[in-house]
Amino acid sequence: MNLDVPPIYGLILAGGSSSRMHRDKAALKYQGSSQLDRAYELASRHVPEVFVSVRANQTLDPVRSHRPMIVDSVAGEGPIAGIRSALAAYPTVAWLVLACDLPFLSDAAVEYLLRARDPAGIVIAYRSAHDDLPEPLCAIWEPAAAAMLAEYQAGGGHCPRKFLIGVGAPLLQPLDRRALDNVNTPEEYAQAIMALESESPMQLQIRYYALMREQAGRSEESIETSAPTPAELYAELKSRHAFTLAPEQLKVAVNTEFSDWSRKLKHGDAVVFIPPVAGG
Amino acid sequence: MRFRFTQAAIDTRTARQELQNLAAGGYVSFEGWVRDHNEGQEVTRLEYEAFEALAVKEGERIVEEALRRFPVVQALCMHRVGALALGEMAVWVGVSSEHRGEAFDACRFIIDEVKHRVPIWKKEHYRNGDSGWVNCERCAAPAQHTHAAEHHDHAAATSE
Repeated sequence: MNLDVPPIYGLILAGGSSSRMHRDKAALKYQGSSQLDRAYELASRHVPEVFVSVRANQTLDPVRSHRPMIVDSVAGEGPIAGIRSALAAYPTVAWLVLACDLPFLSDAAVEYLLRARDPAGIVIAYRSAHDDLPEPLCAIWEPAAAAMLAEYQAGGGHCPRKFLIGVGAPLLQPLDRRALDNVNTPEEYAQAIMALESESPMQLQIRYYALMREQAGRSEESIETSAPTPAELYAELKSRHAFTLAPEQLKVAVNTEFSDWSRKLKHGDAVVFIPPVAGG
Repeated sequence: MRFRFTQAAIDTRTARQELQNLAAGGYVSFEGWVRDHNEGQEVTRLEYEAFEALAVKEGERIVEEALRRFPVVQALCMHRVGALALGEMAVWVGVSSEHRGEAFDACRFIIDEVKHRVPIWKKEHYRNGDSGWVNCERCAAPAQHTHAAEHHDHAAATSE
């Protein structure tokens, strides 16, 4: 390991005032978890330490207080104060900064950003798919950014996006147009919930028996898929494992009960495809 | 549960005792045995595998249906899983009833439904070294067995 390369920690920004949402954005729930927890867990899958950026008056807030926090130590409102406070608390660490209100942000998008990181740079971010401008709240901020942000703020600057444009930060093209869509209004929230419920990759437990167990070379697997129903799921697994049985020959069970092929699959479902039976 | 799996030999004596009832005038049972041939192939042994969590639910439903459809007193079905030798008992169905007619009907109903509905699979091992999951492999490639295809299958099986 090269000791000159600063490690990367995660910083979840969740201090926004949520004026258009009329409630605390960090607490909005998707699939049972708050936005803040989702962002925190996403970052935790990629970097060793993750903190939530909070203002001094948020340290007892139950949505935030169960996570390690970095309290704003730098004056001023907004994301720059949070990012500067993290850079000041750990001067030799780079920060994967994520806004908590990016419900479509995926592991793949975080991984892609981490791979593109330049430890000798200042900051690397995604380019918005909508207006081509930098998205500073899904970015990696290197230690070198600390002094430059201080200078920018001292000169009256407060917009991280303008800072990125000013320093000519390298910008990545998002792999998925929606990856950086943020959710600001109750309408956008409702749409995001629907979209996530219908499309988001979910974890399924698949068990195999008899011929299919032999062809898959395993009796079970846990997979991430966005197949909405058993019909699509079987098509996906059939090509992965080269199953010889046609779907018309099979039945399907979800959570140990026979199921329709058009049943909507949910995160955590246990699915078994049942080859032609031969008891007796 | 009136539908059960067992890895050990089916204990028909105990099972029969469970069906005994003073209101019953008779008892009918069916035993399914491992046969030494199937569809022109010499069979040497069998393996049964079940999706037990669902199979016991479906088996139980079949026995309950039989008890509703036929005026019988008691019914029970046991099925083996694991490796079975020729001549061993793979499945047992027992029904006690006031009169014999319903007992025969219920017993037949249970074994027929179990064969069609319960997620149990049977792998046959053949004298020639091949093996196959019944209803899965030969029915997946119906009737079109050319000599070349058979040769290929055999080569694939022995190379594993």
